[in-house]
Amino acid sequence: MAMTRKQKRLAVIGGAFAFLAVATTLTLFALGQKASYFYTPADVAEKGVAAGERIRLGGLVATGSIARDGGTDVSFAVTDQIETVTVSYSGILPDLFREEQGVIAEGAFDASGRFVADTVLARHDENYMPREVADSMKARGIWQDEE
Amino acid sequence: MIVEIGHFALVLAFALSLVLSVVPLVGARMGDARLMGVAEPAALSILALIALSFAALTVAYVQSDFSVANVWENSHSAKPMLYKVTGVWGNHEGSMLLWVLILAAFAALVAIFGRNLPATLRANVLAVQGMIAAAFLLFLLASSNPFERINPPPIEGQDLNPILQDIGLAIHPPLLYLGYVGFSICFSFAVAALIEGRIDAAWARWVRPWTLAAWAALTGGIAMGSYWAYYELGWGGYWFWDPVENASFLPWLSGTALLHSAIVMEKRSALKIWTVLLAILTFSLSLLGTFLVRSGVLTSVHAFATDPTRGVFILMILVAFIGGSLALFALRASSLTAGGVFHPISREGGLVLNNLFLTTAAATVLVGTLWPLLVEAVSGEKISVGAPFFNMTFGPLIVPLLLAVPFGPLLAWKRGDLYAASQRLFVAFGLSLAIALATFFIVDRVSALAAFGIAVAFWLVFGALTDLALKSGVGKVSPAVALRRFAGLPRSVFGTSLAHAGLGLTTLGIVAVSALEVERIAVMQPGDAMDVAGYELRFDGIFPFEGPNYTEEQGRFTYSDRSGRERGEIVSAKRFYPARQMPTTEAGIASRGFSQLYVALGDRAPDGGIVVRAWWKPQVLFIWIGCVSMMLGGAISLLDRRLRVGAPAARRAKPARPAVEPAE
Repeated sequence: MAMTRKQKRLAVIGGAFAFLAVATTLTLFALGQKASYFYTPADVAEKGVAAGERIRLGGLVATGSIARDGGTDVSFAVTDQIETVTVSYSGILPDLFREEQGVIAEGAFDASGRFVADTVLARHDENYMPREVADSMKARGIWQDEE
Repeated sequence: MIVEIGHFALVLAFALSLVLSVVPLVGARMGDARLMGVAEPAALSILALIALSFAALTVAYVQSDFSVANVWENSHSAKPMLYKVTGVWGNHEGSMLLWVLILAAFAALVAIFGRNLPATLRANVLAVQGMIAAAFLLFLLASSNPFERINPPPIEGQDLNPILQDIGLAIHPPLLYLGYVGFSICFSFAVAALIEGRIDAAWARWVRPWTLAAWAALTGGIAMGSYWAYYELGWGGYWFWDPVENASFLPWLSGTALLHSAIVMEKRSALKIWTVLLAILTFSLSLLGTFLVRSGVLTSVHAFATDPTRGVFILMILVAFIGGSLALFALRASSLTAGGVFHPISREGGLVLNNLFLTTAAATVLVGTLWPLLVEAVSGEKISVGAPFFNMTFGPLIVPLLLAVPFGPLLAWKRGDLYAASQRLFVAFGLSLAIALATFFIVDRVSALAAFGIAVAFWLVFGALTDLALKSGVGKVSPAVALRRFAGLPRSVFGTSLAHAGLGLTTLGIVAVSALEVERIAVMQPGDAMDVAGYELRFDGIFPFEGPNYTEEQGRFTYSDRSGRERGEIVSAKRFYPARQMPTTEAGIASRGFSQLYVALGDRAPDGGIVVRAWWKPQVLFIWIGCVSMMLGGAISLLDRRLRVGAPAARRAKPARPAVEPAE
């Protein structure tokens, strides 16, 4: 049972590598499964998103689109001025959720093609616009920095 | 005038830090005591100058001097005094000033308490500290000057972001920065050791207290940030795997690894090269955290106004320090001699396992945090890596570590006996299994996975207690003797137990909330009642309230416990801050034992009703109690005689170690 110094070192290094291999596999698998892609409504129209695939939908809250059913369900439209997607959400909207403001809705399209969000993120203060939204709007020439 | 003095002091501090980064280094190289002697007065003067500068900015805030752009942008005359003071660091420029203030304070501490360090080591450590200070002072002066004036001065300020107007701002950033910046000392010691090409157990004995102090502060800072987000954001969550949270969690993970590997180095002079590398990595991760938060490359609550030039500047600092120190490591690490050998099953082996798990876990968190940046840079696609990724990777990697923790302290150095350790842990194992089975069968809705989580949590707590019991000889000697031995145990033993038990308590809170949380959401009219996990929540109505710099609509609730007895009132509010035209949510929270009833208000419905979201959060307070326990563990270890500053000097000659190691 007595191990030489070399054997001990090999045991430790071998164990460490086996462990790292497991961790790497796990990480790559999880990145493939769990990372969610950012789409604007125009992206959704262009590329299409499979029902059940988790995405982040970003854009502006369309004017006059916020509808409440009197209970806790809310629906609103996210637009990038080209296409519009209607989002259903049940819960409390963020404090700074407003019409014509940047918003990110996380969730998936259901079988009937309705986008059901489980998380809605709005800006945190008046200087802030979700970065993905700002970038994609700038890329399309719709939104400009105030400065 | 005072503002200009503050600005000037900052410039002087920068000039002095350049002196500090060069002169002692040259002195150490040439063996010139006079040149090395420059280090101490320089470090102390830098602290004095930055403190003066910080005081000047604080005065500007307290006096609401809106001719200073920074004050105008982030303060308001009607703001309560506490937030005027804490608002100093509630913005980019001020928080960087706090960062360098703490950096200078740490350097000054090394200068004062390090008088018995070898002269060249001390000079090199302080020189490296000087370099870090110089880089960040230049950053402040060149791109984030907090003392810029505006002309003509506005009459009223723009107010501090309301989310930050909370007691949390007084505690969270300073503690977090104490942790981040505290690791700079370990970094400087590591770089100094590499410069000298010499490292020994005394080095580890020196580095350990700084690691402990930084780690304890970082633990507290993260916990405070987590509790703050929990009650302030109104989402009921305590950890979001937000990139910025990860940025603070990364140095915590590698700092925890460093804490443990430094023990091996101090006791057995093994793992030298690894410990030096960890010290470098830990501070590098702290710098990375600063970069991620301050550059605005990530979307986060913490990104104040963003400015790309700042990002590039910090990136350059990051590259210079991380690249430089790693290059030095590559060049010089081979000159550090390898230390003692050990069997894989031993205390050292256990600590290596700890390091392996912690650094791998840190690596997965790092990959998840940086992956979106990488993907965007390569393919232009924007992705988000959120909680599901981290739960899937971090979870499986950390659970085996939690299972292994109680074994570590029971294994002997050099060669341990796993079988004997298992026997000793039999009681702890039985108890935690019994508790898990009991909750599984008695409490509804406890899944097998949750029961396993509860078992792990109690296993950690009982394992820590077992270690204490064994080391005081419970069962072997009479209770009176055991009690005396218990009282005489080294403080580091208590520290270890408290920290490991704290880990268990935090696990318990997380498992209980994840498995047994109850969430209800409904539209309520005054007089309506809602059942939340057996508690009845009655809505009494909305009442207006006038705060010093905000107006508030308070939703008042009365809640009764499961026996129907009325227990008290919960006030949950929607605040509106007119200066920033910004609403915030103030969650209403009532604690019952370690559990909490959490109520957040949503939008008003046209018919006078209001959306109410309420949670029952069972045992949630254990999440933070566990962190406090870890922090206390760190603090108590710090008080250990062995680590007390100056104590090692008395026996520099290194007496032969006793054959039987004292309980650690």
